[in-house]
Amino acid sequence: MTLAAATNENMAQISNVLIYSSMAVYTLAFLAHIAEWVFGSRSKVGRTAAALTSSGPASAEAPKVQVTKGGSTAVLDRPKVVTRSAAGTRDVPDGPGAHGGTEQGDMYGRIAVSLTVLAALIHVSGVVARALSVMRAPWGNMYEFSITFSAVAVTTYLVLMALGKNVRWMGLILVTTVLLDLGIATKWLYTESDQLVPALDSYWLWIHVSTAIFCGAVFYLGAVGTALYLFRDSYENKLASGGKPGSFASSVLERLPSAASLDKFSYRINAAVFPLWTFTIIAGAIWAGDAWGRYWGWDPKEVFSFVTWMAYAAYLHARATAGWKGRKAAYLALFAFACFLWNYYGVNMVISGKHSYAGV
Amino acid sequence: MSKTDTTPETASDDLGAAGSQLSTAPKEELPNLPSLGVIGWARWFWRQLTSMRVALLLLFMLSLGAIPGSLVPQNSVDELKVEQFKLAHETLTPIYEKLQLFDVYSSVWFSAIYILLFVSLIGCIVPRTWQFVGQLKGRPPGAPKRLTRLPAYTTWRTEAAPEDVREEALKLLKGRRFRSHIEGDAVTAEKGYTREAGNLLFHISLIVMLVAFAVGVLFKSEGGKLVVEGDGGFANVLPQYDDFRSGALFDNDSLERFSFQLDEFEDDYERKGPATGTARTFKAHVQYTEGVDGPLKKKAIEVNSPLEVGDSTVYLIAHGYAPVVTVKDPSGKVVFSGAVPLLPIDANITSTGAIKIPDGYRNKDGKKEQLGFNAFFVPTFAGHGKGDMLSQFPAPDFPVLALSAYHGSLGIDSGLPQNVYQLDTTKMKEFKDKNGELLKQRLLPGETMKLPDGQGSITYEKELKEWASFQIKQQPGNGWALGGAIAAIFGLAGSLFIQRRRVWVRAVRGEDGVTVVEMAGLGRSESAKVPEELGDLAAVLHSKAPSAPAEDSETSPESEAVPAEGAEK
Ligand code: HEM
Repeated sequence: MTLAAATNENMAQISNVLIYSSMAVYTLAFLAHIAEWVFGSRSKVGRTAAALTSSGPASAEAPKVQVTKGGSTAVLDRPKVVTRSAAGTRDVPDGPGAHGGTEQGDMYGRIAVSLTVLAALIHVSGVVARALSVMRAPWGNMYEFSITFSAVAVTTYLVLMALGKNVRWMGLILVTTVLLDLGIATKWLYTESDQLVPALDSYWLWIHVSTAIFCGAVFYLGAVGTALYLFRDSYENKLASGGKPGSFASSVLERLPSAASLDKFSYRINAAVFPLWTFTIIAGAIWAGDAWGRYWGWDPKEVFSFVTWMAYAAYLHARATAGWKGRKAAYLALFAFACFLWNYYGVNMVISGKHSYAGV
Repeated sequence: MSKTDTTPETASDDLGAAGSQLSTAPKEELPNLPSLGVIGWARWFWRQLTSMRVALLLLFMLSLGAIPGSLVPQNSVDELKVEQFKLAHETLTPIYEKLQLFDVYSSVWFSAIYILLFVSLIGCIVPRTWQFVGQLKGRPPGAPKRLTRLPAYTTWRTEAAPEDVREEALKLLKGRRFRSHIEGDAVTAEKGYTREAGNLLFHISLIVMLVAFAVGVLFKSEGGKLVVEGDGGFANVLPQYDDFRSGALFDNDSLERFSFQLDEFEDDYERKGPATGTARTFKAHVQYTEGVDGPLKKKAIEVNSPLEVGDSTVYLIAHGYAPVVTVKDPSGKVVFSGAVPLLPIDANITSTGAIKIPDGYRNKDGKKEQLGFNAFFVPTFAGHGKGDMLSQFPAPDFPVLALSAYHGSLGIDSGLPQNVYQLDTTKMKEFKDKNGELLKQRLLPGETMKLPDGQGSITYEKELKEWASFQIKQQPGNGWALGGAIAAIFGLAGSLFIQRRRVWVRAVRGEDGVTVVEMAGLGRSESAKVPEELGDLAAVLHSKAPSAPAEDSETSPESEAVPAEGAEK
């Protein structure tokens, strides 16, 4: 018994060391990202401005994306597919990324990504060690939620990148917020590893809380895309109407993907997670039914899950409603994510309800 | 407004027809004010209510409307907190009461929002379902004249005969589970109906869930019962409940027939570390019988694992101690012997309660009297002279029972409901000790407190029992709610992950006798998958109808620079 306790304490210690180490590596990744942005700012490719301001028939020309895959034997060339955007969409090419097409910038960017991979590995091991130290899912208090939350966000980002998706533009923001999250977690939310109170001890914990954390982390990536969309969209609007954005704004925004790409990115992310979020709420209701004898009791945590769900549902509706796409839908998505965050931090710390269990 | 906000109805072209019926979403209509009197207005109102725009607004309002309920204490959640709030905020209270902010979720305005939303939903779902059935019965529209204008397009020339190319294309598309047919010189194909079906299923499931919740609220019953280890137990009939509530349409006869008794309550607490005293196990070991005389079954009810019998669920709510006491009259006759459940007042289960002896007791003069004792119990006593009488630990490590004694009338006979755990001493007299003060004593297990003047005694027996309280809940409609929820998730997944799209393949003989094949794809939303899929299809078809030798005059499709229409984002 005492022996087991000792190994557990060791494990908890190891977990702490790993989390701190990952923060150190994330800091290096952060610096590398900064270097990438700085070197990238030397590039002077104003592609967006060119696409939006050059007048005449050229601007009406649709971008030509050609899908040519394999099969190119000498005789039989596979037919090329030409795609066109829907009428009225702005045809703006995506920015080159933080490195701005510069070689040095790109090198630092690659270093940043490698460091992020390393940091994420350490980070995830830290979460696993924490789980081993308590011999349960590491989701019993806010410290554990927070370290898992950012681990999932980074992992999702890296997986998307490995799948060849264009997500490198969010590297700096992501690493910064992960550092913030880990900093808050270790400084203010730290709780000694411990067993669970009986009400939390159920396999629904695994299901409900793991999906909740996952949804939150992925919604976060969507929200980053949405926020950048809003900036980039104003930038493009300004250019299109002949305005002249400030040099810092244009240097940064020029390198981001086009507003349309950012918008599509966040829509896909949010739409993909929404069914899982629905499931999370239902799983929570089932668990509440078992643990507290009622499925739904408008406990503050339940209220905000509901508010978040409704807000994301409104967002998805908005996307299907003419006149509500674009910026208005984006504001809805940000509102929805704000509700999620509030549910995660605010409700636990400010409002007391049945869910505030673990002494923060 | 940004330029990305395009309204599809501005696209007017033969492509409009190609893209029609690709979904059942209602068209956005600008609010034309009617001039047609009452019916016109009613129709206008109905159109508005069932439009996507209003549905969106209502969704958003419901989301905002739910928020105050988490910031202001709610009667439905914690009445005590509401009372405290009302005392602390004198000016706000009347305003909040007017706005029903203490009962947000049953308030008129909150109900109005969700009722409107669900009327809108039904008004939307019915015509959409018919439309979808119509689309399934009918055929997707034929190929538009100029396929080059579609979002994904490809073409090549081949020596195969046009009829053969069309047959080949039809076979290919059917093989890929497109609904396809040949119309004129082109093949028309459509796939992804699951999207629409999933979307309809999702919205219908929402209605099913709402109805199930409503049924649950109207027909539910809910009550509490405290059971002591080894005592009589509980049979599920109304008189056996300690407290009972039910929905408006609940019928007493519909209580599920079952009974159970508590064999043992098992609890276990953390003995070291920062969380000392935190509970690690709560288990109520019960034996229960389904129906009137079914076989006895065993079950350990835990916080997360209730006992389920039919529609009823028995939850473990709380637990505490029930010291066993024996009360004797002056002649030494036992007038009461049994466990007395006491209510915990703190986390270490310091408990209070009352022991009441309504009949059987006669005093020294042979007169009938009632006895009452105030009881105070700590499972782990701090030790004599150490602080106050509060428990140090929830397990019974050093149990002590403190009693004070009264006689007279318990006030039970007045017919007014009485709290079992409180002694009403208004009609009782204190037993006095030697100093003329209220007789009270701390007892260790096995010790006895003598009443003065040989009026009898009360013994705290060595046996200590525990009690558990249960909530027995019966709520029909849960199955439907759960079924609806699961269907909603599947519907959503279908609706969000599947693209509905069309493919056209046209093959005509050109003037030089060579066949020109054109293929085009259109999705409901712009997506990278549509051109990818078209590329795959084209590659397969191309292998069956390979390119004719190149010719200089071949025009590249890229030369045409008109953005596609009919596709929505
Ligand atoms: C409780 C109320 C409602 C909720 C939670 C809800 C939720 C949703 C969600 C999450 C979607 C996205 C799925 C998708 O894009 O296919 C959706 C789509 C849709 N909803 Fe609702 N909805 C509600 C009420 C309504 C009402 C009242 C209407 C009719 C006016 C409606 C019409 C539609 C339509 C037409 C779509 C599909 C849009 C498309 O095809 O892209 N919904 N709804």
